[in-house]
Amino acid sequence: MDYVIEMLNITKKFPGILANDNVSLQLKNGEIHALLGENGAGKSTLMSVLFGLYKPEEGVIKKNGKTIKIANPNDSNKYGIGMVHQHFKLVHNFTVLENIILGVESTKNGVLKMGEAKKRVVELSEKYHLSVNPDDLISDITVGQQQRVEILKMLYRDNEILIFDEPTAMLTPQEIIELMKIMRGLTKEGKSILFITHKLDEIKLVADRCTILRKGKYIDTIDVQSTTKEVMSELMVGRKVQLQVDKEPASPTDVVLNVKNLTVKTKRSKKNKLTNVSFEAKSGEIVCIAGIDGNGQKELVYALTGLSDVTQGTITLHGEDITKDTIRKRRVAGMSHIPEDRHKHGLILDYSLAYNLVLQRYFSKAFQKLGFLKHRSINTYSNELIEKFDIRSGQGRKTLVRSMSGGNQQKAILAREIDTDPEILVAVQPTRGLDVGAIEYIHKQLIRQRDEGKAILLISLELDEVLSVSDRVLVIYEGEIVADLDPTSTTEQELGLYMSGAKREAVS
Amino acid sequence: MMNKLKHRLLASSGFAASLIAIFAGLFVGFIILLITNPDQAVDGFVTILKGGFTGGAKGIGNIFYLATPIIMTGLSVGFAFKTGLFNIGASGQLIVGGYVAVLIGVLAPGLGSFHWVIALIGGMAAGALWAFIPGLLKALFNVHEVISSIMMNYIGMFMVNALVAETVFDSLRAQSLPVAQSAQMPTLGMDTLFKGSSVNAGIFVAILFVIVLYIILNKTTFGYELKACGFNKDASRYAGINAKRNIILSMTIAGAMAGVAGGLIYLAGSGKFIEIVDVLAMEGFTGISVALLASSNPIGVLFTGIFVSYITNGGFYMQLYDFVPEIIDIIISIIIYFSALALIVRHFFDRYALKSGLGDDDIPAPKVEPKRKRRIGLKNKEVDKDE
Repeated sequence: MDYVIEMLNITKKFPGILANDNVSLQLKNGEIHALLGENGAGKSTLMSVLFGLYKPEEGVIKKNGKTIKIANPNDSNKYGIGMVHQHFKLVHNFTVLENIILGVESTKNGVLKMGEAKKRVVELSEKYHLSVNPDDLISDITVGQQQRVEILKMLYRDNEILIFDEPTAMLTPQEIIELMKIMRGLTKEGKSILFITHKLDEIKLVADRCTILRKGKYIDTIDVQSTTKEVMSELMVGRKVQLQVDKEPASPTDVVLNVKNLTVKTKRSKKNKLTNVSFEAKSGEIVCIAGIDGNGQKELVYALTGLSDVTQGTITLHGEDITKDTIRKRRVAGMSHIPEDRHKHGLILDYSLAYNLVLQRYFSKAFQKLGFLKHRSINTYSNELIEKFDIRSGQGRKTLVRSMSGGNQQKAILAREIDTDPEILVAVQPTRGLDVGAIEYIHKQLIRQRDEGKAILLISLELDEVLSVSDRVLVIYEGEIVADLDPTSTTEQELGLYMSGAKREAVS
Repeated sequence: MMNKLKHRLLASSGFAASLIAIFAGLFVGFIILLITNPDQAVDGFVTILKGGFTGGAKGIGNIFYLATPIIMTGLSVGFAFKTGLFNIGASGQLIVGGYVAVLIGVLAPGLGSFHWVIALIGGMAAGALWAFIPGLLKALFNVHEVISSIMMNYIGMFMVNALVAETVFDSLRAQSLPVAQSAQMPTLGMDTLFKGSSVNAGIFVAILFVIVLYIILNKTTFGYELKACGFNKDASRYAGINAKRNIILSMTIAGAMAGVAGGLIYLAGSGKFIEIVDVLAMEGFTGISVALLASSNPIGVLFTGIFVSYITNGGFYMQLYDFVPEIIDIIISIIIYFSALALIVRHFFDRYALKSGLGDDDIPAPKVEPKRKRRIGLKNKEVDKDE
């Protein structure tokens, strides 16, 4: 068989842990090969071995049947292996062209030969339909375009084995479709692609074969066409996972949150970030704000939770006007908030798990007396939460949150925000960057909260999440609510039309 | 109890890092001695190691005497650090505090045995005010505290020079007048115990504040909020913590500590007076070193303050061997460099561990009461990929 790259029986140890335990991976020439596994399954380690960042204890790497040694990223480049990292490695105040040639500049007497390089970049970007302008600054282009710059970087270096590390994590649905097309185009031109992901839909859409890892061990390599998503997820997680969210129809009762004519302006831009946004959320329902990233979701959440000021309009919680209340006051009145960025807002990474779990209530009578923290109650309380929400960490409540995995960090936030028994829970992309098992868990918790009579406002970019979890969908486009839809009678296509502004309905 | 303490100390890799830094600093210091004066290098180095003990009981007393103000300024800088603020203005707060203490000490002799206490409180209030201003500027107008507190240093120094000349001036010696006997720090018999040294109750005042700040930082909701702001401002805001109020309070408390330092220096009755010279008080900057070396931990500040004082005392005797006492400044600087370096190295190793591509999913279900693990270096560090 013509395998372009083979990694055979790779074993990589880190102090105390086997990151890769006898893992093999064979990449055929011209195929898209997905590498599937949960967070911490060892996907990144395996790719880092291939890329020369780590040296494995055991195992061999072969290219076209010949054993090769990769000691550092320069070696991997020599063998035609390139990688698009999850977080792009671009210089923001350089142009696209400058970024692409960085490290492989061709010079004449010490002077850069930019003209030639530019010609090649333009050629390459036309050949592979990667429409980017070589003279744009990186800081001016979208995330999707930045990714294309990363792809161009690999092509410019004549790489033929392209590794994509979770390439869709930061993209909008439209950009994902574009990327899939580009990947197909690349393989047509003879490139081979390794595609690291934990999203089954994308694998189904684009990959030919798929290798599955679980907890550092090789599980199986399967043919994507003939395998169902259910089987793949079972192989990945090691148990049956419900991909479909199971829930009863909602039975909303009284209005909890009422937003009227909310308008937000910022000093910097003349355009309103939010214009006349009005909606209600009732107890016992999950209302979802759907939309493409950057259409005012952030401003809406900030205005609701008090992180920023409102220019016009009112927010009422259970009939009380909270428009001008402080963040703390809104909290105490019953508003919980799972923030979009768990590292920036959600957690104090250098605090212990226990301290993070009481972040919203350390000032309450239960945890302080005359300004002194009651460490004993904090400890018992956090132990309870850790057990109840199955938060896993190295040293229990004493663990520094920084050292916990993303899924468990998110669980900690969820535990904290739910356990305050809120009237309304504002959950912003609560499943971002999490694997199937964790997503299933978070969805279940949200629905349980709903069934207990809480109002939930879910802000999501994932269309399938929008349609499967919510009871009512509000589409936001350029700071306005353009549709109020029933998810049971809406398709992804229709939702997409509203989200891109192609269609709108009159919303009261 | 002792065992628990030992465990605690070992558990903090910061402690190990500081020790390594100290040894490295001493080693490089020795090399410098060898280069400048090879014949006497060994004798000189032994003197540094013997430090304050060189002078016997007097030396020991002087260790505590010299340590007192730098523990206070160390507390000042360290406390602000914990809130994410860099109080470089301890010098100015110290001199303003010192001036007010002297003013009360000279002009209000009728206060009896509480005289020194009131003078000290006055100094504390003045130092607090001097740091309150940069705190306010930071909270309201986002003026960086480093800039404003440096400027406050000079304003404080020149203002005190002018005020001393106006109010408590000893024109013969161009310095402040001596404070009344009742305003001098009590010696509690330590002057006989450590004969010939200038040690006084100031060291106990410093220890008192070490304990107070330790309790504030670790046991109160106020300390919880302060540290939260220092670690992550956005998350603190998200949690409804009033960051502006905390910035102002943190700076004010830091200034109060430096103000007490000033009071303790000039109420010591050891022959130190406010001289009319255009030089910033050194103790303010030594406080930065002390705080850095102690990783801003109040208890750590107590020990690093004593340590710095110890080798500084040794430095005085270096002149016997034809060395300049500034050699000690070099050694302390090197120690600070190494401790910063140790932090960077630790950070680097952490990053390396983070890159290993593992989550903690293979950790079994949560143990509610885990056994205390000794965390030394990297061995048991958690690894995680979600960075």
